[in-house]
Amino acid sequence: MASILDLQSVGKTYQSGGRSLTVLDQVSFTLEEGATMAIVGPSGSGKTTLLGLAAGLDRASTGSVLLNGIALDKMSEDQRAAVRNQHVGFIFQNFQLLPTLTALENVMVPLELRGERNIKSRAQALLQKVGLADRGHHYPLQLSGGEQQRVSLARAFSNQPRILFADEPTGNLDAETSDRIIELIFDLNREAGTTLVLVTHDSELASRTGRILRIKGGRIVSDEATLNQALAG
Amino acid sequence: MKPAPPFSWLLQMAWRDSRRNRSRLLLFVSSIILGIAALVAIYSLRENMQAEVDRQAASLLGADLELRSNKAPETRILRLADSLGGQRSEERDFTSMVYFPKNGGSRLVQVRALEGNFPYYGELETEPAAASRSFRNGRNALVDQTLLLQFDAKPGDSVKVGNLTFRVAGSLLSAPGQTGIAASVAPIVYLPMQYLEATGLMQKGSRINYKYFFKLDKPLNTERFEKGIEPMLEKEGWSYDTVESQKEDTNRSLRDLTQFLALVSFIALLLGCIGVASAIQIYVREKIGAVAILRCLGAAGKEAFLIYLIQIIVIGFLGAIVGAVLGTVIQQFLPALLQDFLPVDLEPSISWKAILQGILVGTIISALFALLPLVSIRNVSPLNTLRASLQQDAGKRDPVRWLVYGLILLFVLGFSRLQLGSWNNALAFTLGIAVAFLALAGIAALLVRTIRRFFPQSLPFTGRQGLANLFRPNNQTTILIVVIGLGTAFICTLFSIQTILLNRVSRSAGEQQPNTVLFDIQPGQKEQLVALTQQQGLPVQGTVPIVTMRLERINNITGESLLKDSTLPQQSWIFSREYRVTFRDTLSDSEKISKGKWQGKAAAGAGAIPVSLEARFAERNKIELGDTLYFNVQGAPITTTVGSLRTVDWNRIQTNFLVLFPTGVLEAAPQFHVLLTRIPGKEVSARYQQAVVRQFPNVSIIDLGLVLSVLDKLLEKVGFVIRFMAGFSIVTGLVVLIASVLISRYQRMQESVLLRTLGASRKQIFYIIALEYFFLGALAALAGIALSLVASWLLAHYFFDTEFTPQLLPLLTVALAICGLTVLIGLFNSRTVVNRPPLEVLREEV
Repeated sequence: MASILDLQSVGKTYQSGGRSLTVLDQVSFTLEEGATMAIVGPSGSGKTTLLGLAAGLDRASTGSVLLNGIALDKMSEDQRAAVRNQHVGFIFQNFQLLPTLTALENVMVPLELRGERNIKSRAQALLQKVGLADRGHHYPLQLSGGEQQRVSLARAFSNQPRILFADEPTGNLDAETSDRIIELIFDLNREAGTTLVLVTHDSELASRTGRILRIKGGRIVSDEATLNQALAG
Repeated sequence: MKPAPPFSWLLQMAWRDSRRNRSRLLLFVSSIILGIAALVAIYSLRENMQAEVDRQAASLLGADLELRSNKAPETRILRLADSLGGQRSEERDFTSMVYFPKNGGSRLVQVRALEGNFPYYGELETEPAAASRSFRNGRNALVDQTLLLQFDAKPGDSVKVGNLTFRVAGSLLSAPGQTGIAASVAPIVYLPMQYLEATGLMQKGSRINYKYFFKLDKPLNTERFEKGIEPMLEKEGWSYDTVESQKEDTNRSLRDLTQFLALVSFIALLLGCIGVASAIQIYVREKIGAVAILRCLGAAGKEAFLIYLIQIIVIGFLGAIVGAVLGTVIQQFLPALLQDFLPVDLEPSISWKAILQGILVGTIISALFALLPLVSIRNVSPLNTLRASLQQDAGKRDPVRWLVYGLILLFVLGFSRLQLGSWNNALAFTLGIAVAFLALAGIAALLVRTIRRFFPQSLPFTGRQGLANLFRPNNQTTILIVVIGLGTAFICTLFSIQTILLNRVSRSAGEQQPNTVLFDIQPGQKEQLVALTQQQGLPVQGTVPIVTMRLERINNITGESLLKDSTLPQQSWIFSREYRVTFRDTLSDSEKISKGKWQGKAAAGAGAIPVSLEARFAERNKIELGDTLYFNVQGAPITTTVGSLRTVDWNRIQTNFLVLFPTGVLEAAPQFHVLLTRIPGKEVSARYQQAVVRQFPNVSIIDLGLVLSVLDKLLEKVGFVIRFMAGFSIVTGLVVLIASVLISRYQRMQESVLLRTLGASRKQIFYIIALEYFFLGALAALAGIALSLVASWLLAHYFFDTEFTPQLLPLLTVALAICGLTVLIGLFNSRTVVNRPPLEVLREEV
């Protein structure tokens, strides 16, 4: 299978108070299309930074990132934004819905950004899939946390991404709601054949992916296939 | 690459995003509303005035053509007057004392002796109305209404002018083209010309203006008149006005007035724009999360920026419309406010041009100022979706930000160029504004830094909290100090200028200096007048002989060569004016030789007479030591040479001269005298003036009291108009304050709720907020007053050439008023923070 994500010797250093702080160091891995992977590690280990670099939200200080064969390193922020719009979907711990837009409008935004027309029915269908067909005209503040995350899921899949990045997608939800969201993520992922990368503290959630990348102190300490991978393989 | 979303999507996103913020966005632009209102009101006034001047042009002059001079008409002029045909009126104007026998009051006025049916267009407005025509039929006078009021006189009473007593036929309300302010400086008395001779006021040395008014049978061929007759008039020392030129003159002075007021309004608008920029900065900070999400989903920086720019332009536009409507309403009241300065009656009407101009200026300038914080949206990183703490402010070094600063400066420069008509003035105005803003921002930063550095730890908890709030994150202290401070500086500087001017005049007569000047004293009257003065127990502090003459030639330059050669440096009036000259052998104590040598006595037959010129007069006209000046002393030519230049202190009530002759030359020339005295009080002055006017009706008196009261009245009227316009700046400052309090209310609520959760009482929260606004108001007032003191000192020192002593009490009053207002506004808009239970507040606001 072709690789969708290829990181080689990626490092990230920040300047802080006149000193340089290395958050990621020599991280390399390749992820194949359609695969699922969890990035786990203690707080401050560099998980979120790694996710940001892999998704093209930031530029690596060293090394290279290829997303769907596109080298992100030399691209400007606007060029990377275009790549994200074409190929990437996001789910965040704190949902990150635009508070001034209704649920339906939030789902429509990625498609509108592409200049696509007649997208309302597609967005509505996605909301139906996540069980919020009748809440499309509600604003985020009028929805519960679980509902907001479901809108966020519908939005993430609206542009039919090749790869989905999820940052602690259940971190702000109670156990019951978390389970339902996780089911939804994996169902939609399977259905669309999307690659999934998620950052989590939750080992149970991590174990549902095909591969677990453990990092500590900015370095990969283990990269294991899970039982799911073995079963899938 | 993905295709860019269409512009309609950006509009749609701007609309969607504004949904939950509209009331706040309108709050942001509320600060520009007053500035635009003031601008539109002034523009509308200008439009209406111009239309009105065009409509009433003929009645501004009252005739088709006016010829005037301070020289009696000679043959050529009389011949010209005869040849013009149509109807003709003649007027002679001069200043003289009038005396009301009813109560013994007397005052210096402008006498106009009239013959003919002038005005041919418009009316002398009088009460009763018929008096404007009927006064010409007998020994009647029309007397300015303010003068009648002052001396409690009314139509039917008598007034004495020179040797003759006239019946007051009516009270004069207005004359063609006359502004109320002019009448209050020099009240007018109209007489029929046939009685002028008998008044005995047409004596040698009297300064008389001769005027002819024509109503022509056929329209004046302006071009032919300018080419054929103007050079002859200039040569004869006469000037003229046509309906057209009068219209231009009036329009020019109106333009000056409205330009000035428009600039004052523009300052209010700029202050409002700073308020907008500051509010948008907070708005942008709150929008970083939303922008980061959009960036994450694939929006380009430019697209995110445009979404918010569209919002701001739209609300700027809406604010400008509200301002324009308000301005149109305010404009209805301006004619009443400015009536003393307007030469025509004005019925305000809606001016669409003014409204459009105001909306355009308001939209552009508010968008430009909003761009300053908005440009940073382009640099918001999508990483903010992952880390809320990451709010880097890369904008500070953003070159685009400098571009925006440049655009703002260019706009201000361009706008002021349009108002002022010259690049130099526009540049001075722009620089002045920039320096004032920067100085206030500098003072604000310095004050805040000083407070931080020397923070009074010994203050009680509430005091420390209130003070520390001035420099907590996201504070708007500097902006508010600039905005409120500039309004304060404005008012205080106006006040100082008024004080400087009044002081300068009142100080001009120190303890022993003369405070009363009697002029037009004929040689035969001098001794008697000195005797009368001494009889009244008053000191004669000098009698000065005055000889009138004209300058005919400077070296080889004559009036004619000056007309032909525009490259010559001399001012055009140098040959046409009448010179009032004295002769003495010593300098007075207000004079100092700056160049050359003073010669007090001229030896007879020793060639050219060495005269002394006032240094600035010589400098302006490029006259050097040794130059030859040819004077005509009432028919007799005198050749002089510039022997010395003098600096003269003009700030005294005494006779000062541009040209000073030595003794031994002019003694035999026709002359009149000036007498200087010092009168200790009002009553003595009135008694003395009565005695002088009764015995010497041709002698005019200027007393310092009159000058001061006229000046005071004038300054009061001008000051009121300026204060009214400056009021827009002050109120704008307060609106910015209100907006800023409301915008930052959420942050304050969180802090107050936290404090209350930790056990602070409502009273303590109240004190903290009250103290914070007190400190803010005090700092703003302090900064404003500091700026105004510097400005006043500079004005006094360099412009008015006088000393400046700050008046502390009024400044303190202004400071207290500003503090009080700031505290009231702050507390009123924070009342929900203080008065309601914490939980209720949080639930509503979150």
